[in-house]
Amino acid sequence: MHVPDGFLDLPTSIATGAVAAGAVGMALQRAEREVKEAGAPLAGLTAAFVFAVQMVNFPVGPGTSGHLMGGALAAVLVGPWTAVLCLTVVLVVQGLLFADGGLTALGTNVTLIGVVTVVVGYLVAKALLGVLPRRSGSVVPAAVVGAFVSVPAAAAVFVGLYLVGGSVDIPVGSLAAAMLGWHSLIGIGEAVITGAVVGAVVATRPDLVYVARHLRPDLVLTGPDGETSVVRPDALRVERTTSRPLAVGLAVSLMVAGAVSLFASADPDGLEFVGERLGFGASAADSAVAGSPLADYGVVFVDNPLLSGALAGVAGVLVTVALGFVLTRLARGRDEPADATRV
Amino acid sequence: MGGAHGDGLLVAADSPVHSLPAQCKVVALLVGVAGVVATPPRQWWAFVVYAVLVGAVVAVARVPVPTVVRRSVVEAPFVVFALLLPFIATGPRTEVLGLSLSESGLLGAWNLLAKATLGVVAAIVLAATTTPRDLLGGLDRLRMPRLLVAILGFMIRYAGVVAGDLQRMRVARESRAFRGGHLRHLRVEAAGVGSLFVRSYERGERVHQAMVARGFTGRMPALATAGASGRQWLVAGALPAVAVAVALSAWVVA
Repeated sequence: MHVPDGFLDLPTSIATGAVAAGAVGMALQRAEREVKEAGAPLAGLTAAFVFAVQMVNFPVGPGTSGHLMGGALAAVLVGPWTAVLCLTVVLVVQGLLFADGGLTALGTNVTLIGVVTVVVGYLVAKALLGVLPRRSGSVVPAAVVGAFVSVPAAAAVFVGLYLVGGSVDIPVGSLAAAMLGWHSLIGIGEAVITGAVVGAVVATRPDLVYVARHLRPDLVLTGPDGETSVVRPDALRVERTTSRPLAVGLAVSLMVAGAVSLFASADPDGLEFVGERLGFGASAADSAVAGSPLADYGVVFVDNPLLSGALAGVAGVLVTVALGFVLTRLARGRDEPADATRV
Repeated sequence: MGGAHGDGLLVAADSPVHSLPAQCKVVALLVGVAGVVATPPRQWWAFVVYAVLVGAVVAVARVPVPTVVRRSVVEAPFVVFALLLPFIATGPRTEVLGLSLSESGLLGAWNLLAKATLGVVAAIVLAATTTPRDLLGGLDRLRMPRLLVAILGFMIRYAGVVAGDLQRMRVARESRAFRGGHLRHLRVEAAGVGSLFVRSYERGERVHQAMVARGFTGRMPALATAGASGRQWLVAGALPAVAVAVALSAWVVA
């Protein structure tokens, strides 16, 4: 879901660029603590890993495959701040070298894929780990739920951005239903793959999993006189958590507010409001009553905007699934053997 | 591609676009695309001018048209979205070939297709005329944070290595008669990706240790890239200047 140029207007793009720059700047400061020992090489290799993983096509169902976005996975494995940097770098490379995602939309893409998925995935996983029993078996379910939530969360933020800076007056209900419905499906795929990968890493090198660091066994030091002392591995790291709860709380409340207002504005009043804000009040106010997507097809139940929104969502999902299926078939027919190298 | 020292997506040629410093090209691309994005969609003529400009750059840079077309496939998902817009958008509707389409949806579809395509083609020209190394130097010159440039550099340097790891694991799986592609094979493929992460992580640590052994003190050395001359900035700035002028006059007309 790399947003291209022209999808959002210039002021919105500049605003998301500012948000992205702020988040990356913050991550640059904080990431040094997460990867103090190996710094830039480690982050660069992790970015290369995310980049490679996005090229791996996983089987999702019979005949269909998907690939990972990797925000939640990176956050769980190397910590949120390093993950923000890695995803940002991947998006910069994709935008500049692969024309994947517009250059003026780079801020939007970094905000959605590099920040929202990472932060939401990490916070959810971390919150679950606080509730679940303290053992390594809890890491996988936490990562799964984090990955699942992260994708529709990014879609919800995208819908919000589109309402502010999109160029077409799509009914809010339709857009939200289509985006959230489809991205919930993608989220299931993301969750399954993330869980499987995290499970594999936890099974072999649990010490590398960032969110599982608190599970590492205590270090028992025995002195020359036989006296033992216990050192918590966390204690070796300089943790400062003064401003983190504040930022976390802010992020959570923003997410919740965004999601709630989305659902709240799915009724005609919300649509009119958005229409007026976007400056085409007359046509939007008119269309809120008469112009629901299927109105001209004379479907009986089309007066219900929520239902028609849901219908449009289902239609969008079906079209995308069908298209993905066809593309997969075409791609598979063309180059059966190799596909892993893009760089 | 695939090699660790590959030149990425460079289309080797000797053209004025190739010889411009990367920082000039990045800024020109950003300003030019910003001009395109800011253009009101109803001013058709402006987009014709943009298309001619971008086409001229493709020709001057001697990037083969089939390459441009092949690489612009990344735009496909949004083309689908654009094609759906006339059906799902609201507002006054119009009849086209017996289908009832939303006027604002049609306009939005045109807006998205035109702007996204221009942006994609312009970015393809950048990638086709600039080596990743030059691009890094250009971003460094543009004051991108040093740590971010360093991460970017390591990523570009090792993307081929990591992809090679992945490829070898795939070959190893398939030489043991593994055929994936089904849901029940997910665990096997995920284990491969899991071990790819472990390998990448450990390689990152080894690279850092090797750097420390060679006197690395924690600050990345500056990339030695030449600055751009005023003339080069002028040459690179010509196109975005025209684009911005067109965008402004399109606003005035509208």
